[in-house]
Amino acid sequence: MTPPPADAATLSTRSVLAGEGKRGGTLPSWAPWGALVGALIFCAAVEAALGWFTIALMLVFGALVGIVAIYAWSRAVEGSRRAKDRAITMAIASAFGIAMAPLISLLYEVIKRGAAGLSWEFFTSDARGVVGGGGAAHALVGTLVITGCAVVISVPIGIMAAIYMNEYGRGPLRRALTFFVDVMTGIPSIVAGLFAYALFELFFGPGIQMGIMGSVALTVLMIPIVIRSAEEVLKIVPNHLREASYALGTPKWKTITKVVLPTAFAGLVTGVMLATARIIGETAPLLVTTGVVDSLNANPLSGRMQNLAVYAYNEYRSPGVMKQASYDRAWAAALTLIAIVMILNVIARLVYRRYKTEIR
Amino acid sequence: MAHFDTTTNAGQILAAASGGRRRRGDRIFSNTAVIAAVTILALLAGVAVFLLTEGLPALTASASELPNHESFLSYVAPLAFGTALAGVLAMIIAVPLAIAVALFITHIAPPRIAMTLGYLVDLLAAIPSIVYGLWGIFVLGPAAVPVMKWLEEKLGFIPFFKGPASITGRTMLVVGLVLAVMILPIVSAVAREVFSQTPRKLQEGAQALGATRWETIRTTVLPFGRSSVISGAMLGLGRALGETMAVAIILSVSGGVTFNLISQANPSTIAANIALNFPESSGLAINALIATGLVLFAITLATNFVARLIIARSEIK
Repeated sequence: MTPPPADAATLSTRSVLAGEGKRGGTLPSWAPWGALVGALIFCAAVEAALGWFTIALMLVFGALVGIVAIYAWSRAVEGSRRAKDRAITMAIASAFGIAMAPLISLLYEVIKRGAAGLSWEFFTSDARGVVGGGGAAHALVGTLVITGCAVVISVPIGIMAAIYMNEYGRGPLRRALTFFVDVMTGIPSIVAGLFAYALFELFFGPGIQMGIMGSVALTVLMIPIVIRSAEEVLKIVPNHLREASYALGTPKWKTITKVVLPTAFAGLVTGVMLATARIIGETAPLLVTTGVVDSLNANPLSGRMQNLAVYAYNEYRSPGVMKQASYDRAWAAALTLIAIVMILNVIARLVYRRYKTEIR
Repeated sequence: MAHFDTTTNAGQILAAASGGRRRRGDRIFSNTAVIAAVTILALLAGVAVFLLTEGLPALTASASELPNHESFLSYVAPLAFGTALAGVLAMIIAVPLAIAVALFITHIAPPRIAMTLGYLVDLLAAIPSIVYGLWGIFVLGPAAVPVMKWLEEKLGFIPFFKGPASITGRTMLVVGLVLAVMILPIVSAVAREVFSQTPRKLQEGAQALGATRWETIRTTVLPFGRSSVISGAMLGLGRALGETMAVAIILSVSGGVTFNLISQANPSTIAANIALNFPESSGLAINALIATGLVLFAITLATNFVARLIIARSEIK
């Protein structure tokens, strides 16, 4: 702590409170932007002069110089406490920018490179007997079938378990369930795949690969997400709705199916769609369970099944003679996957906004 | 919870008062719910049991029968080391960024756009890991090559940057960066949650005493959220430890134990090792891979357990 300035009496209360000290000025409101833009231009100029211009370096150095600049400027005008505040605010904002940079770069690259591999053939034909070409129809179908089966298994179990936790459960079983659902969210996806493999190997012998095995692996990953979101929505259904229903003599199971679930419906659908979006891009568990295959197979109960994520991995890992075409197809598969995930996310949020029950 | 029990009791009394047919409906429904709950516990137990039964042959086999003719312990130890190295590296990079992102969204960005920004961060979590892998090997890796060269030249005296720097970018450092991007949304979601719950009266008290925004954050928001942020970091670590495809695609592995982050020779991770070797394996090699999966399961379980413990502790307070 610095001793109070001799002319403390002349300082206004406000300037003391705001830590302005003796030099009670204030920077103009455009100061942070001005400092940042100035720093960026300065760095761009320096880099151009030195002859190694890259956007990434310019942004990083620009942010650093901007932080120093705003600190020095603010310290001169506003005092050290305000200066520190401004510098750290700008540092945090720049950190946010740095954290968002990968998202922007990734989306840009996926769209740019994926578009090169997209074609009508990509969606309509499989790769059977084609050397260094073909489409990904078999992978697309496989993704939909495997994920569909996983959803069909997970949703009833997950939602019933959430109903149990919220409407019935108490005592040790409920506590155990809460704890172990937490544990389950932490299972690595590859471990889920190994589990499905071990389970089926026990009944069908070694080397077994089927679409449904992938669904079982995905189920392990999906159930905890479904339970979590369903529990969250069931919790906010107000109790007076249940009580009103009981007051009319409705049995509990009808109260749940006719009052609680419809009230929570939009939230439940949204939760399921987000959970689906989370698992539809899983690669590792499917790599060890459903195998790699070139031809279309829509039957989850027999034989290997391709899917988009494994397809992308495989096109990258073992490219054919025409390397670039293979990489293009990997990117196209990645773009398709991202598109599916984004569409699911957007629809989920639209459903929630459009159909959610206003709870007062 | 008290009001909850009253409604249950009221329901039971009504059900009891109104004939057997209704009670049967109730019984069927509640039994179904219990069965679903038990199924989930059985599923989790099944994961442990099946991994154990399938992994056991490799755990008990002698060294000469196993692939590479080495004991299981010396097979899994470098992999476990690689897993821990990648995970910790990712955590060290991601946690400060995640805290900054959370602070930015909850306390600095204008409230009007804060929700949109939060949605953008969540988008990072929605991107499939295979896409991160492709991005890492085709975009980030090549971009990182000159940086790693620079690190080797200027900071080569630090063991982490000893080099020789990779010319392909398939290094532990790039893996750590990609994993950091992947776990950032989880860590920042936890931090965001707790930062936004900081009691208003604490923050307003600090402001009334003349604190600047940063002083308010430092004296109220950060202490309030500390334990949650630590547990969020542990959850992120658990994620990074189990991440498979991004590592399998990006990392060029040689198996040795080294802290060198920028060279071409890296220790593999358990998950990536399974993904890379499983499709071409058979017999006891499969059992050995499943046993390594069991080790991974145990490691992530322990990490998550510690995280939950921290959360539970802070909630009691």
